[in-house]
Amino acid sequence: MKLFMSKTFFRGVLIVNAIVILLPVLFLVNSSLRETNDFARTPLKLATDPAWSNFASVWQDGNFAIYLKNSILVTGGSLILILVCALGAGFVLGRYEFRGHSLIMAFVLSGMLVPAKLAILPLFIQLKWMHLLNSHLGLILVYAAGALPAAIFIMSGFFRSLPADLDNAARIDGASEFQLLRRVLMPLVRPGLAIVAIYSAIPIWNDFFLPLVFLQDPEKKTIMQGLTMFFGQYSSQWGVLFAGLTMAALPLIVLYLILSEQFIKGLTAGAVKG
Amino acid sequence: MKLSGIKREQRKFRWLLLSPGLLIIIIFTSVPALTTLSYAFFEWKGFVRGSWAGFTNFERLFTFPFRDQFFMAFRHNVLVFIGIMILQTSLGLLIAYALFNLQRGQRFFRTVTFLPVIFSLVIVGYMWQIILDPYYGPINLIVGELGQPTWARAWLGDTATALPTLVFINLWRWVGFPAIIFLAGLNAISTDYIEAARIDGASEGKIFRKILFPLLAPSMTIITILTFIGAFEWFDLPYILGGSNGSPAGATDTLALMFYRLSFGSVDSGANEVGVGSALGVIIFTVVGVGAAVGSKLLRRREVEM
Repeated sequence: MKLFMSKTFFRGVLIVNAIVILLPVLFLVNSSLRETNDFARTPLKLATDPAWSNFASVWQDGNFAIYLKNSILVTGGSLILILVCALGAGFVLGRYEFRGHSLIMAFVLSGMLVPAKLAILPLFIQLKWMHLLNSHLGLILVYAAGALPAAIFIMSGFFRSLPADLDNAARIDGASEFQLLRRVLMPLVRPGLAIVAIYSAIPIWNDFFLPLVFLQDPEKKTIMQGLTMFFGQYSSQWGVLFAGLTMAALPLIVLYLILSEQFIKGLTAGAVKG
Repeated sequence: MKLSGIKREQRKFRWLLLSPGLLIIIIFTSVPALTTLSYAFFEWKGFVRGSWAGFTNFERLFTFPFRDQFFMAFRHNVLVFIGIMILQTSLGLLIAYALFNLQRGQRFFRTVTFLPVIFSLVIVGYMWQIILDPYYGPINLIVGELGQPTWARAWLGDTATALPTLVFINLWRWVGFPAIIFLAGLNAISTDYIEAARIDGASEGKIFRKILFPLLAPSMTIITILTFIGAFEWFDLPYILGGSNGSPAGATDTLALMFYRLSFGSVDSGANEVGVGSALGVIIFTVVGVGAAVGSKLLRRREVEM
Protein backbone atom coordinates (compact mmCIF):
# COMPACT_ATOMS: atom_id res chain seq x y z
CA MET A 1 0.00 0.00 0.00
CA LYS A 2 2.83 2.33 0.87
CA LEU A 3 4.42 1.87 -2.54
CA PHE A 4 1.11 2.47 -4.33
CA MET A 5 0.68 5.83 -2.66
CA SER A 6 4.25 7.06 -3.11
CA LYS A 7 5.29 9.97 -5.31
CA THR A 8 7.51 7.64 -7.35
CA PHE A 9 4.57 5.42 -8.18
CA PHE A 10 2.47 8.35 -9.36
CA ARG A 11 5.30 9.76 -11.41
CA GLY A 12 5.74 6.30 -12.95
CA VAL A 13 2.02 6.12 -13.82
CA LEU A 14 2.19 9.49 -15.57
CA ILE A 15 5.36 8.64 -17.47
CA VAL A 16 3.96 5.30 -18.71
CA ASN A 17 0.73 7.05 -19.66
CA ALA A 18 2.60 9.76 -21.57
CA ILE A 19 4.60 7.12 -23.47
CA VAL A 20 1.48 5.13 -24.42
CA ILE A 21 -0.18 8.31 -25.66
CA LEU A 22 2.80 9.82 -27.48
CA LEU A 23 4.33 6.71 -29.12
CA PRO A 24 1.50 6.16 -31.66
CA VAL A 25 1.55 9.86 -32.55
CA LEU A 26 5.33 9.85 -32.98
CA PHE A 27 5.10 6.65 -35.02
CA LEU A 28 2.57 8.37 -37.28
CA VAL A 29 4.70 11.48 -37.80
CA ASN A 30 7.90 9.46 -38.20
CA SER A 31 6.36 7.12 -40.77
CA SER A 32 4.98 10.07 -42.74
CA LEU A 33 8.59 10.98 -43.52
CA ARG A 34 9.59 7.57 -44.90
CA GLU A 35 9.45 6.01 -48.36
CA THR A 36 6.76 3.36 -48.72
CA ASN A 37 9.20 0.55 -49.60
CA ASP A 38 11.56 1.55 -46.85
CA PHE A 39 8.67 1.53 -44.35
CA ALA A 40 7.46 -1.89 -45.52
CA ARG A 41 10.90 -3.39 -44.88
CA THR A 42 11.49 -1.87 -41.44
CA PRO A 43 8.34 -0.21 -40.05
CA LEU A 44 9.96 0.79 -36.78
CA LYS A 45 13.06 2.63 -37.99
CA LEU A 46 13.57 6.36 -37.49
CA ALA A 47 13.22 8.63 -40.53
CA THR A 48 16.86 9.71 -40.66
CA ASP A 49 16.51 10.81 -44.27
CA PRO A 50 13.11 12.56 -44.31
CA ALA A 51 11.07 11.88 -47.46
CA TRP A 52 9.19 15.17 -47.78
CA SER A 53 7.87 13.95 -51.13
CA ASN A 54 5.03 12.14 -49.28
CA PHE A 55 3.61 15.50 -48.25
CA ALA A 56 4.03 16.85 -51.75
CA SER A 57 2.07 13.89 -53.18
CA VAL A 58 -0.73 14.40 -50.66
CA TRP A 59 -0.97 18.05 -51.55
CA GLN A 60 -0.95 17.42 -55.30
CA ASP A 61 -3.15 14.38 -55.87
CA GLY A 62 -5.34 13.98 -52.84
CA ASN A 63 -7.88 16.77 -53.40
CA PHE A 64 -6.53 17.71 -50.02
CA ALA A 65 -6.52 21.46 -50.58
CA ILE A 66 -10.20 21.40 -51.55
CA TYR A 67 -11.16 19.31 -48.52
CA LEU A 68 -9.19 21.61 -46.27
CA LYS A 69 -10.80 24.72 -47.75
CA ASN A 70 -14.28 23.18 -47.31
CA SER A 71 -13.56 22.30 -43.68
CA ILE A 72 -12.35 25.81 -42.94
CA LEU A 73 -15.46 27.24 -44.61
CA VAL A 74 -17.91 24.96 -42.77
CA THR A 75 -16.20 25.22 -39.37
CA GLY A 76 -15.69 28.99 -39.69
CA GLY A 77 -19.23 29.62 -40.89
CA SER A 78 -20.76 27.52 -38.12
CA LEU A 79 -18.54 29.19 -35.54
CA ILE A 80 -19.53 32.74 -36.54
CA LEU A 81 -23.23 31.80 -36.53
CA ILE A 82 -22.93 30.07 -33.14
CA LEU A 83 -20.99 32.92 -31.52
CA VAL A 84 -23.32 35.66 -32.79
CA CYS A 85 -26.51 33.80 -31.79
CA ALA A 86 -25.13 32.65 -28.42
CA LEU A 87 -23.86 36.14 -27.60
CA GLY A 88 -27.28 37.70 -28.23
CA ALA A 89 -29.38 34.98 -26.61
CA GLY A 90 -26.92 34.61 -23.72
CA PHE A 91 -27.11 38.36 -23.07
CA VAL A 92 -30.91 38.39 -23.01
CA LEU A 93 -31.20 35.27 -20.84
CA GLY A 94 -28.38 36.30 -18.52
CA ARG A 95 -29.28 39.99 -18.05
CA TYR A 96 -33.02 40.48 -18.57
CA GLU A 97 -35.92 39.44 -16.38
CA PHE A 98 -39.13 38.86 -18.30
CA ARG A 99 -42.14 36.59 -18.53
CA GLY A 100 -41.32 33.31 -20.25
CA HIS A 101 -37.66 33.55 -19.26
CA SER A 102 -37.58 30.21 -17.45
CA LEU A 103 -39.64 28.58 -20.18
CA ILE A 104 -37.10 29.59 -22.84
CA MET A 105 -34.26 28.49 -20.57
CA ALA A 106 -35.91 25.07 -20.14
CA PHE A 107 -36.32 24.80 -23.91
CA VAL A 108 -32.66 25.60 -24.48
CA LEU A 109 -31.64 22.98 -21.88
CA SER A 110 -33.89 20.35 -23.47
CA GLY A 111 -32.07 20.98 -26.75
CA MET A 112 -28.89 19.71 -25.10
CA LEU A 113 -30.53 16.32 -24.52
CA VAL A 114 -31.44 15.55 -28.13
CA PRO A 115 -28.93 13.17 -29.73
CA ALA A 116 -28.47 14.70 -33.19
CA LYS A 117 -27.64 11.35 -34.78
CA LEU A 118 -31.08 9.93 -34.08
CA ALA A 119 -32.80 12.87 -35.79
CA ILE A 120 -30.67 12.30 -38.89
CA LEU A 121 -33.44 10.83 -41.07
CA PRO A 122 -36.03 13.60 -40.73
CA LEU A 123 -33.18 16.08 -40.97
CA PHE A 124 -32.07 14.46 -44.23
CA ILE A 125 -35.58 14.64 -45.70
CA GLN A 126 -36.13 18.15 -44.35
CA LEU A 127 -32.86 19.43 -45.83
CA LYS A 128 -33.75 17.85 -49.16
CA TRP A 129 -37.08 19.65 -49.09
CA MET A 130 -35.40 22.95 -48.17
CA HIS A 131 -32.84 22.46 -51.00
CA LEU A 132 -30.09 22.47 -48.37
CA LEU A 133 -28.89 18.92 -48.99
CA ASN A 134 -25.42 18.65 -50.46
CA SER A 135 -24.77 22.26 -49.43
CA HIS A 136 -22.34 23.78 -46.96
CA LEU A 137 -25.01 26.16 -45.70
CA GLY A 138 -27.25 23.24 -44.72
CA LEU A 139 -24.37 21.61 -42.85
CA ILE A 140 -23.56 24.90 -41.10
CA LEU A 141 -27.16 25.33 -39.92
CA VAL A 142 -27.31 21.76 -38.57
CA TYR A 143 -23.99 22.16 -36.74
CA ALA A 144 -25.16 25.49 -35.29
CA ALA A 145 -28.40 23.92 -34.08
CA GLY A 146 -26.43 21.15 -32.38
CA ALA A 147 -23.99 23.43 -30.59
CA LEU A 148 -26.28 26.38 -29.76
CA PRO A 149 -28.14 24.99 -26.72
CA ALA A 150 -24.89 24.45 -24.77
CA ALA A 151 -23.38 27.65 -26.20
CA ILE A 152 -26.37 29.77 -25.10
CA PHE A 153 -26.33 28.09 -21.70
CA ILE A 154 -22.62 28.79 -21.20
CA MET A 155 -22.91 32.42 -22.38
CA SER A 156 -25.94 33.19 -20.22
CA GLY A 157 -23.94 31.94 -17.22
CA PHE A 158 -21.09 34.31 -18.07
CA PHE A 159 -23.47 37.26 -18.52
CA ARG A 160 -25.26 36.51 -15.24
CA SER A 161 -21.99 36.52 -13.30
CA LEU A 162 -21.28 40.18 -14.18
CA PRO A 163 -22.36 42.84 -11.62
CA ALA A 164 -25.77 44.47 -12.31
CA ASP A 165 -24.36 47.96 -11.64
CA LEU A 166 -22.57 47.86 -14.98
CA ASP A 167 -25.85 47.98 -16.89
CA ASN A 168 -27.34 50.77 -14.82
CA ALA A 169 -24.19 52.88 -14.99
CA ALA A 170 -24.07 52.49 -18.76
CA ARG A 171 -27.79 53.29 -19.11
CA ILE A 172 -27.48 56.43 -16.97
CA ASP A 173 -24.62 57.50 -19.26
CA GLY A 174 -27.16 57.25 -22.08
CA ALA A 175 -25.97 54.02 -23.68
CA SER A 176 -28.50 52.11 -25.76
CA GLU A 177 -29.02 48.41 -25.06
CA PHE A 178 -26.94 47.57 -28.12
CA GLN A 179 -24.10 49.81 -26.97
CA LEU A 180 -24.32 48.27 -23.52
CA LEU A 181 -23.85 44.80 -25.00
CA ARG A 182 -21.27 45.78 -27.60
CA ARG A 183 -19.06 48.18 -25.65
CA VAL A 184 -19.50 47.34 -21.98
CA LEU A 185 -20.39 43.65 -21.59
CA MET A 186 -18.90 41.96 -24.64
CA PRO A 187 -15.29 42.63 -23.67
CA LEU A 188 -16.04 41.12 -20.25
CA VAL A 189 -17.47 37.83 -21.55
CA ARG A 190 -14.57 37.14 -23.90
CA PRO A 191 -13.39 34.10 -21.86
CA GLY A 192 -16.88 32.66 -22.31
CA LEU A 193 -16.74 33.23 -26.05
CA ALA A 194 -13.37 31.44 -26.17
CA ILE A 195 -14.83 28.42 -24.35
CA VAL A 196 -17.87 28.34 -26.64
CA ALA A 197 -15.63 28.67 -29.70
CA ILE A 198 -13.50 25.67 -28.76
CA TYR A 199 -16.46 23.64 -27.47
CA SER A 200 -18.22 24.02 -30.83
CA ALA A 201 -15.41 24.28 -33.38
CA ILE A 202 -13.36 21.18 -32.47
CA PRO A 203 -16.16 18.62 -32.82
CA ILE A 204 -17.31 20.29 -36.06
CA TRP A 205 -13.80 20.23 -37.53
CA ASN A 206 -13.38 16.58 -36.48
CA ASP A 207 -16.82 15.38 -37.55
CA PHE A 208 -17.26 13.01 -40.46
CA PHE A 209 -20.78 11.70 -39.82
CA LEU A 210 -22.91 14.64 -40.97
CA PRO A 211 -20.82 15.27 -44.12
CA LEU A 212 -21.03 11.53 -44.82
CA VAL A 213 -24.82 11.72 -44.83
CA PHE A 214 -25.41 15.23 -46.20
CA LEU A 215 -22.66 15.86 -48.78
CA GLN A 216 -22.28 13.86 -51.98
CA ASP A 217 -20.32 16.07 -54.39
CA PRO A 218 -16.60 15.21 -54.17
CA GLU A 219 -15.69 18.90 -54.43
CA LYS A 220 -17.84 19.73 -51.38
CA LYS A 221 -16.41 17.14 -48.98
CA THR A 222 -14.69 18.10 -45.75
CA ILE A 223 -11.26 17.01 -44.61
CA MET A 224 -12.28 14.17 -42.27
CA GLN A 225 -14.76 12.81 -44.79
CA GLY A 226 -12.17 13.26 -47.54
CA LEU A 227 -9.68 11.30 -45.49
CA THR A 228 -11.91 8.20 -45.72
CA MET A 229 -11.82 8.43 -49.53
CA PHE A 230 -8.13 9.19 -49.52
CA PHE A 231 -7.55 6.07 -47.44
CA GLY A 232 -9.18 3.82 -49.99
CA GLN A 233 -7.34 5.50 -52.84
CA TYR A 234 -3.83 5.17 -51.40
CA SER A 235 -4.28 1.93 -49.46
CA SER A 236 -0.94 0.55 -50.67
CA GLN A 237 1.14 3.72 -50.38
CA TRP A 238 1.98 3.82 -46.71
CA GLY A 239 4.14 6.91 -46.82
CA VAL A 240 1.41 8.98 -48.48
CA LEU A 241 -1.24 7.62 -46.10
CA PHE A 242 0.81 8.61 -43.06
CA ALA A 243 1.52 12.02 -44.55
CA GLY A 244 -2.20 12.57 -45.19
CA LEU A 245 -3.12 11.62 -41.62
CA THR A 246 -0.35 13.82 -40.23
CA MET A 247 -1.43 16.79 -42.32
CA ALA A 248 -5.04 16.39 -41.22
CA ALA A 249 -4.03 16.14 -37.56
CA LEU A 250 -1.37 18.82 -37.48
CA PRO A 251 -3.42 22.06 -37.45
CA LEU A 252 -5.26 21.05 -34.27
CA ILE A 253 -2.13 19.68 -32.57
CA VAL A 254 -0.32 22.99 -33.12
CA LEU A 255 -3.31 25.02 -31.89
CA TYR A 256 -3.64 22.73 -28.89
CA LEU A 257 0.00 23.13 -27.90
CA ILE A 258 -0.42 26.94 -27.96
CA LEU A 259 -3.84 27.06 -26.26
CA SER A 260 -3.93 23.84 -24.22
CA GLU A 261 -5.59 25.47 -21.18
CA GLN A 262 -8.42 26.89 -23.28
CA PHE A 263 -8.83 23.61 -25.16
CA ILE A 264 -9.14 21.59 -21.96
CA LYS A 265 -11.60 24.11 -20.48
CA GLY A 266 -13.59 24.31 -23.68
CA LEU A 267 -13.87 20.60 -24.37
CA THR A 268 -14.87 19.75 -20.81
CA ALA A 269 -17.27 22.72 -20.59
CA GLY A 270 -20.32 20.48 -20.83
CA ALA A 271 -19.22 18.34 -17.88
CA VAL A 272 -17.74 20.70 -15.29
CA LYS A 273 -19.94 23.10 -13.38
CA GLY A 274 -19.06 26.80 -13.31
CA MET B 1 -41.06 57.78 -18.13
CA LYS B 2 -37.40 57.03 -18.76
CA LEU B 3 -37.71 53.56 -17.27
CA SER B 4 -40.60 52.54 -19.52
CA GLY B 5 -38.56 53.76 -22.49
CA ILE B 6 -35.79 51.38 -21.53
CA LYS B 7 -38.33 48.60 -20.99
CA ARG B 8 -39.78 49.14 -24.46
CA GLU B 9 -36.32 49.15 -26.01
CA GLN B 10 -35.45 46.00 -24.09
CA ARG B 11 -38.55 44.19 -25.33
CA LYS B 12 -37.72 44.96 -28.96
CA PHE B 13 -34.08 44.06 -28.45
CA ARG B 14 -34.96 40.88 -26.56
CA TRP B 15 -36.70 39.17 -29.46
CA LEU B 16 -34.24 40.50 -31.99
CA LEU B 17 -31.41 38.80 -30.10
CA LEU B 18 -33.23 35.66 -29.00
CA SER B 19 -35.02 34.67 -32.18
CA PRO B 20 -32.11 33.72 -34.51
CA GLY B 21 -30.68 31.18 -32.07
CA LEU B 22 -34.05 29.81 -31.00
CA LEU B 23 -35.28 29.50 -34.58
CA ILE B 24 -32.20 27.55 -35.65
CA ILE B 25 -32.64 25.15 -32.71
CA ILE B 26 -36.36 24.72 -33.41
CA ILE B 27 -36.00 24.14 -37.17
CA PHE B 28 -32.89 21.94 -37.13
CA THR B 29 -33.19 20.10 -33.80
CA SER B 30 -36.64 20.18 -32.23
CA VAL B 31 -38.69 19.60 -35.39
CA PRO B 32 -36.57 16.67 -36.68
CA ALA B 33 -36.40 15.13 -33.21
CA LEU B 34 -40.18 15.18 -32.91
CA THR B 35 -40.77 13.93 -36.48
CA THR B 36 -38.37 11.04 -35.92
CA LEU B 37 -40.91 9.75 -33.40
CA SER B 38 -43.73 9.91 -35.92
CA TYR B 39 -41.67 8.16 -38.63
CA ALA B 40 -41.67 4.96 -36.61
CA PHE B 41 -45.44 4.68 -36.99
CA PHE B 42 -45.63 4.88 -40.80
CA GLU B 43 -44.91 2.57 -43.71
CA TRP B 44 -42.01 3.66 -45.88
CA LYS B 45 -40.91 3.07 -49.48
CA GLY B 46 -37.38 4.39 -49.65
CA PHE B 47 -37.66 7.95 -48.37
CA VAL B 48 -41.34 8.29 -49.29
CA ARG B 49 -43.85 8.01 -46.48
CA GLY B 50 -46.77 5.60 -46.90
CA SER B 51 -49.80 4.92 -44.73
CA TRP B 52 -50.16 4.66 -40.96
CA ALA B 53 -48.57 1.46 -39.69
CA GLY B 54 -49.26 1.42 -35.97
CA PHE B 55 -46.69 -0.68 -34.17
CA THR B 56 -45.82 -2.82 -37.22
CA ASN B 57 -42.31 -1.37 -37.47
CA PHE B 58 -41.62 -2.24 -33.86
CA GLU B 59 -42.95 -5.76 -34.42
CA ARG B 60 -40.73 -6.18 -37.48
CA LEU B 61 -37.72 -5.00 -35.52
CA PHE B 62 -38.32 -7.90 -33.13
CA THR B 63 -38.82 -10.58 -35.80
CA PHE B 64 -36.38 -12.23 -38.20
CA PRO B 65 -33.96 -10.95 -39.55
CA PHE B 66 -33.75 -7.77 -37.46
CA ARG B 67 -34.31 -9.46 -34.10
CA ASP B 68 -30.99 -11.31 -34.01
CA GLN B 69 -29.07 -8.26 -35.22
CA PHE B 70 -30.77 -6.13 -32.59
CA PHE B 71 -29.90 -8.38 -29.67
CA MET B 72 -26.33 -8.92 -30.82
CA ALA B 73 -25.81 -5.17 -31.27
CA PHE B 74 -27.48 -4.44 -27.93
CA ARG B 75 -25.20 -6.97 -26.23
CA HIS B 76 -22.16 -5.24 -27.76
CA ASN B 77 -23.35 -1.85 -26.49
CA VAL B 78 -23.75 -3.26 -22.97
CA LEU B 79 -20.28 -4.89 -23.11
CA VAL B 80 -18.74 -1.66 -24.39
CA PHE B 81 -20.38 0.32 -21.58
CA ILE B 82 -19.06 -2.11 -18.96
CA GLY B 83 -15.61 -2.22 -20.56
CA ILE B 84 -15.31 1.56 -20.80
CA MET B 85 -16.66 2.07 -17.28
CA ILE B 86 -14.14 -0.34 -15.76
CA LEU B 87 -11.05 0.56 -17.81
CA GLN B 88 -11.51 4.20 -18.66
CA THR B 89 -12.96 5.35 -15.36
CA SER B 90 -10.45 3.59 -13.11
CA LEU B 91 -7.49 4.59 -15.28
CA GLY B 92 -8.80 8.14 -15.54
CA LEU B 93 -9.14 8.29 -11.77
CA LEU B 94 -5.63 6.92 -11.27
CA ILE B 95 -4.16 9.48 -13.69
CA ALA B 96 -6.15 12.29 -12.06
CA TYR B 97 -4.93 11.31 -8.59
CA ALA B 98 -1.36 11.05 -9.88
CA LEU B 99 -1.64 14.55 -11.42
CA PHE B 100 -3.21 15.84 -8.18
CA ASN B 101 -0.19 14.60 -6.21
CA LEU B 102 2.34 16.12 -8.56
CA GLN B 103 3.98 19.38 -7.51
CA ARG B 104 6.04 20.01 -10.60
CA GLY B 105 5.39 19.16 -14.24
CA GLN B 106 1.63 18.90 -13.81
CA ARG B 107 1.02 21.11 -16.81
CA PHE B 108 3.10 18.94 -19.15
CA PHE B 109 1.49 15.66 -18.12
CA ARG B 110 -1.99 17.19 -18.20
CA THR B 111 -1.44 18.48 -21.74
CA VAL B 112 -0.19 15.07 -22.91
CA THR B 113 -3.01 13.15 -21.21
CA PHE B 114 -5.68 15.28 -22.88
CA LEU B 115 -3.99 15.36 -26.32
CA PRO B 116 -5.86 12.41 -27.94
CA VAL B 117 -9.23 13.97 -27.01
CA ILE B 118 -8.67 16.69 -29.63
CA PHE B 119 -8.01 14.12 -32.39
CA SER B 120 -10.70 13.33 -34.91
CA LEU B 121 -11.88 9.74 -34.58
CA VAL B 122 -11.15 9.32 -38.28
CA ILE B 123 -7.47 10.00 -37.62
CA VAL B 124 -7.47 7.90 -34.43
CA GLY B 125 -9.16 5.01 -36.24
CA TYR B 126 -6.86 4.94 -39.26
CA MET B 127 -3.76 5.48 -37.18
CA TRP B 128 -4.58 2.44 -35.04
CA GLN B 129 -5.62 0.42 -38.06
CA ILE B 130 -2.07 0.78 -39.37
CA ILE B 131 -0.47 0.23 -35.96
CA LEU B 132 -2.49 -2.99 -35.61
CA ASP B 133 -1.88 -4.12 -39.19
CA PRO B 134 -1.22 -7.90 -39.15
CA TYR B 135 1.98 -7.65 -41.25
CA TYR B 136 3.40 -4.14 -41.04
CA GLY B 137 1.93 -2.95 -37.76
CA PRO B 138 4.37 -2.27 -34.93
CA ILE B 139 2.24 -4.17 -32.39
CA ASN B 140 2.65 -7.53 -34.10
CA LEU B 141 6.30 -6.76 -34.89
CA ILE B 142 7.00 -6.05 -31.22
CA VAL B 143 5.11 -9.18 -30.19
CA GLY B 144 7.31 -11.12 -32.64
CA GLU B 145 10.48 -9.49 -31.30
CA LEU B 146 9.49 -10.56 -27.80
CA GLY B 147 9.65 -14.14 -29.02
CA GLN B 148 5.91 -14.68 -28.82
CA PRO B 149 4.90 -14.80 -32.51
CA THR B 150 1.79 -16.85 -31.61
CA TRP B 151 0.40 -13.76 -29.84
CA ALA B 152 0.39 -11.87 -33.13
CA ARG B 153 -3.00 -11.72 -34.78
CA ALA B 154 -5.26 -9.66 -36.99
CA TRP B 155 -6.53 -7.70 -34.01
CA LEU B 156 -9.32 -5.96 -35.91
CA GLY B 157 -10.04 -8.84 -38.28
CA ASP B 158 -10.54 -11.55 -35.68
CA THR B 159 -14.07 -11.83 -34.28
CA ALA B 160 -12.67 -12.67 -30.84
CA THR B 161 -10.47 -9.58 -30.53
CA ALA B 162 -12.19 -6.94 -32.70
CA LEU B 163 -14.55 -5.50 -30.07
CA PRO B 164 -12.03 -5.50 -27.18
CA THR B 165 -9.53 -3.82 -29.54
CA LEU B 166 -12.06 -1.10 -30.34
CA VAL B 167 -12.64 -0.57 -26.62
CA PHE B 168 -8.87 -0.24 -26.16
CA ILE B 169 -8.61 2.36 -28.97
CA ASN B 170 -11.53 4.20 -27.40
CA LEU B 171 -9.62 4.12 -24.11
CA TRP B 172 -6.54 5.65 -25.76
CA ARG B 173 -8.61 8.40 -27.29
CA TRP B 174 -10.82 9.24 -24.29
CA VAL B 175 -8.96 8.52 -21.03
CA GLY B 176 -7.85 12.14 -20.72
CA PHE B 177 -11.46 13.26 -20.43
CA PRO B 178 -12.40 11.51 -17.15
CA ALA B 179 -8.88 12.28 -15.90
CA ILE B 180 -9.46 16.04 -16.31
CA ILE B 181 -12.97 15.86 -14.80
CA PHE B 182 -11.70 13.92 -11.78
CA LEU B 183 -8.74 16.29 -11.42
CA ALA B 184 -11.14 19.25 -11.36
CA GLY B 185 -13.19 17.38 -8.75
CA LEU B 186 -10.11 16.70 -6.61
CA ASN B 187 -9.00 20.32 -6.86
CA ALA B 188 -12.43 21.44 -5.67
CA ILE B 189 -12.08 19.49 -2.41
CA SER B 190 -10.93 21.72 0.45
CA THR B 191 -7.38 20.91 1.58
CA ASP B 192 -8.60 21.35 5.17
CA TYR B 193 -10.11 17.85 5.12
CA ILE B 194 -6.87 16.31 3.89
CA GLU B 195 -4.73 18.26 6.37
CA ALA B 196 -7.00 17.34 9.27
CA ALA B 197 -6.91 13.65 8.36
CA ARG B 198 -3.12 13.74 8.06
CA ILE B 199 -2.80 15.32 11.51
CA ASP B 200 -5.01 12.52 12.84
CA GLY B 201 -2.50 10.08 11.40
CA ALA B 202 -4.53 8.68 8.50
CA SER B 203 -2.49 7.01 5.75
CA GLU B 204 -2.58 8.39 2.20
CA GLY B 205 -4.50 5.30 1.07
CA LYS B 206 -7.10 5.81 3.78
CA ILE B 207 -7.43 9.51 2.93
CA PHE B 208 -8.16 8.57 -0.67
CA ARG B 209 -10.69 5.86 0.17
CA LYS B 210 -12.49 7.57 3.04
CA ILE B 211 -12.35 11.25 2.07
CA LEU B 212 -11.39 11.95 -1.52
CA PHE B 213 -13.25 9.14 -3.27
CA PRO B 214 -16.62 9.80 -1.57
CA LEU B 215 -16.27 13.53 -2.25
CA LEU B 216 -15.61 12.75 -5.92
CA ALA B 217 -19.14 11.34 -6.28
CA PRO B 218 -20.43 14.30 -8.36
CA SER B 219 -17.63 13.80 -10.91
CA MET B 220 -18.34 10.07 -10.89
CA THR B 221 -22.01 10.78 -11.65
CA ILE B 222 -21.12 12.95 -14.65
CA ILE B 223 -18.60 10.45 -16.04
CA THR B 224 -20.98 7.50 -15.60
CA ILE B 225 -23.84 9.29 -17.35
CA LEU B 226 -21.65 10.54 -20.20
CA THR B 227 -20.13 7.06 -20.61
CA PHE B 228 -23.60 5.52 -20.69
CA ILE B 229 -24.81 7.93 -23.36
CA GLY B 230 -21.60 7.51 -25.35
CA ALA B 231 -21.68 3.70 -25.17
CA PHE B 232 -25.28 3.38 -26.34
CA GLU B 233 -24.78 5.87 -29.17
CA TRP B 234 -21.38 4.38 -30.12
CA PHE B 235 -20.97 4.89 -33.86
CA ASP B 236 -17.88 6.70 -35.15
CA LEU B 237 -15.10 4.33 -34.14
CA PRO B 238 -16.85 1.06 -35.10
CA TYR B 239 -17.97 2.65 -38.38
CA ILE B 240 -14.47 3.81 -39.30
CA LEU B 241 -12.80 0.51 -38.40
CA GLY B 242 -15.51 -2.03 -39.18
CA GLY B 243 -17.76 -0.31 -41.69
CA SER B 244 -21.53 -0.10 -41.40
CA ASN B 245 -21.87 -3.90 -41.14
CA GLY B 246 -19.73 -4.11 -38.02
CA SER B 247 -16.98 -6.25 -39.59
CA PRO B 248 -15.70 -8.84 -39.00
CA ALA B 249 -18.96 -10.80 -39.22
CA GLY B 250 -20.92 -8.34 -37.12
CA ALA B 251 -18.45 -8.64 -34.22
CA THR B 252 -18.36 -4.85 -33.80
CA ASP B 253 -22.00 -4.14 -34.64
CA THR B 254 -23.76 -1.60 -32.44
CA LEU B 255 -27.30 -0.23 -32.22
CA ALA B 256 -26.23 3.04 -33.86
CA LEU B 257 -24.62 1.17 -36.78
CA MET B 258 -27.78 -0.88 -37.22
CA PHE B 259 -29.82 2.32 -37.13
CA TYR B 260 -27.58 3.78 -39.83
CA ARG B 261 -27.88 0.65 -42.04
CA LEU B 262 -31.67 0.62 -41.72
CA SER B 263 -31.88 4.34 -42.45
CA PHE B 264 -29.57 4.64 -45.44
CA GLY B 265 -29.06 1.06 -46.66
CA SER B 266 -26.02 -1.11 -46.07
CA VAL B 267 -23.07 -1.85 -48.32
CA ASP B 268 -24.43 -5.16 -49.61
CA SER B 269 -28.06 -4.10 -49.95
CA GLY B 270 -28.89 -0.59 -51.06
CA ALA B 271 -32.49 -0.85 -49.86
CA ASN B 272 -33.31 0.95 -46.63
CA GLU B 273 -36.00 0.41 -44.00
CA VAL B 274 -36.84 3.89 -42.75
CA GLY B 275 -39.78 2.71 -40.63
CA VAL B 276 -37.87 -0.05 -38.81
CA GLY B 277 -34.87 2.27 -38.52
CA SER B 278 -36.98 4.97 -36.87
CA ALA B 279 -38.48 2.40 -34.51
CA LEU B 280 -34.93 1.46 -33.53
CA GLY B 281 -34.13 5.17 -33.16
CA VAL B 282 -37.04 5.59 -30.76
CA ILE B 283 -35.79 2.60 -28.75
CA ILE B 284 -32.22 3.90 -28.57
CA PHE B 285 -33.48 7.33 -27.55
CA THR B 286 -35.68 5.77 -24.84
CA VAL B 287 -32.87 3.57 -23.50
CA VAL B 288 -30.44 6.51 -23.39
CA GLY B 289 -32.98 8.97 -21.98
CA VAL B 290 -34.47 6.69 -19.32
CA GLY B 291 -31.07 5.21 -18.44
CA ALA B 292 -29.45 8.62 -18.04
CA ALA B 293 -32.38 10.01 -16.00
CA VAL B 294 -32.69 7.02 -13.65
CA GLY B 295 -28.92 6.67 -13.42
CA SER B 296 -28.32 10.29 -12.46
CA LYS B 297 -31.12 10.14 -9.89
CA LEU B 298 -29.63 7.02 -8.26
CA LEU B 299 -26.05 8.29 -8.44
CA ARG B 300 -26.93 11.73 -7.05
CA ARG B 301 -28.37 10.07 -3.97
CA ARG B 302 -24.94 8.87 -2.94
CA GLU B 303 -23.32 12.28 -3.39
CA VAL B 304 -22.45 13.97 -0.09
CA GLU B 305 -22.56 17.68 0.61
CA MET B 306 -19.16 19.25 1.11
